Amino acid sequence: MTTSRRRGAPTTQRLFAAQGPGLVEHKQRFGPLPELPGTALVSLLDRSGLTGRGGAGFPAGRKIASVTARKAVVIGNGAEGEPLSHKDAELLSRAPHLVLDGLQVAAAAVSADKVVMYVPSRAVTKIKAAVSERRSAKVDRHRVTVVAAPDGFVAGEESAVVRRIEGGPALPRDRTVPSSISGVRGHPTLVNNVETLAHIALIARYGSGWFRSLGDPSEPGTMLVTLTGGATTRSVLEVPTGTQLTDLVGHLGITDPRALRAVLVGGYHGSWIPGAMVTGARLSRAGLAHLGASPGAGIIHALPADQCGLARTADVLGYLAGESARQCGPCRNGLPQLARLFEDLGYHRVDDRLVDEVCRMIDLIDGRGSCRHPDGTARLARSALDAFASDITHHRHRRCEAALTSAHGAGRPRHHTSGSR
Amino acid sequence: MRTPSTSPTRLHIDWTRCQGRGLCTELLPRLLGRDVWGYPIARDGSREPAVSPSALSEARTAVDLCPRLALSLITDVTRGPGNRKAGTSL
Amino acid sequence: MIDQALWALGRGTGITALAFMTAALFLGIATRSGRPLLMLPRFAVADVHRFASLAGTLLVVLHIVLLFLDPYAQLRLVDFIVPFLGTYRPLWLGLGTLAFDLLAVVIVTSLLRHRLGVRAFRAAHWATYCLWPVAMAHALGNGTDAGRAWFLLFAGCCAVTVCGALVWRLHANYTEYAGTRTSGRP
Repeated sequence: MTTSRRRGAPTTQRLFAAQGPGLVEHKQRFGPLPELPGTALVSLLDRSGLTGRGGAGFPAGRKIASVTARKAVVIGNGAEGEPLSHKDAELLSRAPHLVLDGLQVAAAAVSADKVVMYVPSRAVTKIKAAVSERRSAKVDRHRVTVVAAPDGFVAGEESAVVRRIEGGPALPRDRTVPSSISGVRGHPTLVNNVETLAHIALIARYGSGWFRSLGDPSEPGTMLVTLTGGATTRSVLEVPTGTQLTDLVGHLGITDPRALRAVLVGGYHGSWIPGAMVTGARLSRAGLAHLGASPGAGIIHALPADQCGLARTADVLGYLAGESARQCGPCRNGLPQLARLFEDLGYHRVDDRLVDEVCRMIDLIDGRGSCRHPDGTARLARSALDAFASDITHHRHRRCEAALTSAHGAGRPRHHTSGSR
Repeated sequence: MRTPSTSPTRLHIDWTRCQGRGLCTELLPRLLGRDVWGYPIARDGSREPAVSPSALSEARTAVDLCPRLALSLITDVTRGPGNRKAGTSL
Repeated sequence: MIDQALWALGRGTGITALAFMTAALFLGIATRSGRPLLMLPRFAVADVHRFASLAGTLLVVLHIVLLFLDPYAQLRLVDFIVPFLGTYRPLWLGLGTLAFDLLAVVIVTSLLRHRLGVRAFRAAHWATYCLWPVAMAHALGNGTDAGRAWFLLFAGCCAVTVCGALVWRLHANYTEYAGTRTSGRP
């Protein structure tokens, strides 16, 4: 059992515990990275219960264990194509060395042949600088290549990452075997979100017991959340898993539950939770399952009471349709059509036929593509139909509750331009 | 062709290749319908519909005839660790 | 006597091959449309297209073998692979050789398509639009019966079939779902 007092293990603020982003501050706060022999990392991560922080929440230990063959490729994925998310950018900016530490640990565990950091173009210079800083200090055992990720929504999808690293476009590819078996040029490939790597770097130092000392026991530790909506601009916080949603929404300055129409959890591929159901909900799988939602990559977006959920969803669906890779027929044809139907639902006239058509279109896109873009879009649309069912009734009678609540008085609900950072 | 009796054979559609030409929907009418744009849609609603042994021969014909080479037959054996070839068709 | 037979069969197989190639091209365009053809369901259209191509290829091979064996034709082995080296009407013979080369590429890539992948297969398959006119030019230029009325009628029918198929191919509503779908990758 590791003592968590050794080297002053961080308590609540873990990922941003260092005084600055440089290597010197990093070493000062966290000390050197211990060497972990091959299988030791996997069992350590299994004991710690760390799950992926990129959205899918797959157990980190198991993922590394599935990469068994030689000449493996290890990729740190910081692409973050989701407009509502900013946590990876923040992490790469403020604690790049934790991410790079985690990358080295993972690379050592699978005896990687190639190690890559996949980050947005605006972060490339900074990360390259951090990598060369480490090279001068002879900290890294594996050489790290930095590859720029384009800005699109699907650029961070696992097969898109693989394709981009191979030199192709950052578009998803059809797969019949997982990347851990056949990824970059057919080699076993491990793709981890940058936040997952940062947690791995800390667990390697302070142990599984320390990691589990915070958060929900079934999915322990801390996680980064991006908060948007409400009066304050975007903020990134590190919170224990299982945190109350009302606390998170409170950070946005929304304390009165009546001022909250709904909360979008999990970003544009997530689910709406109606304001009335937010009390008691916690940011964990267990804490959200009964609401048909999941924490995803920690994106929390509040919809104030004076904004129409259907209109907002229509805007988001329009954005998602535009971000389709356009490689697969049902997605290329279905997403724009769904967006048009939802625009009618949100902004124009509503009748039974329209709602049926929307449901049918959602069924037509769900599960019919080479990646999960149509699936996530279907999930968002379905959750909107559920969460804003009463609004559908209002719109049927050519009224909108949001417009009535709006400080500007009756009229069309306020529009929201989606996709803006 | 070794098909283990425990793991069913599934039809995998490469959506990036499929252009909804409809040959497979003719050969496997019980397995696949056609949506409003002409693309195949699994009648059981799954991503990779299971192919019954009686339909296996038609399924192989569909895999062979698809003008876009968008179909393949998958078992858990082809997907397991140690098998690196993606899209192995039976 | 044998020579006469070889010569006649050599030409006959060539003409029949051209007929099958015309049918194969037409059926290939029909396959691309994704539509059924008369009473043939879509999968049958694809199947008959392949049959016609393979039958045509077999006839071309026979055409070549018979002419190689025929002393009157005086063809060397190299004339079947490298075009425009022949002694008798080298241009038109060369076109025949070229057509055979193109055919070999198309057939081999088609038989190996599952291994090559759809992009390589499709790229090579474009050569079929080149193959037919080259084969037809070879028949008209090199063929001994080229001046005969029945041959010109036959060639005319083939040309009309191909032209009709091309007009169809370029039509806006050529594919079955062209009207309901949004466009593909930019």
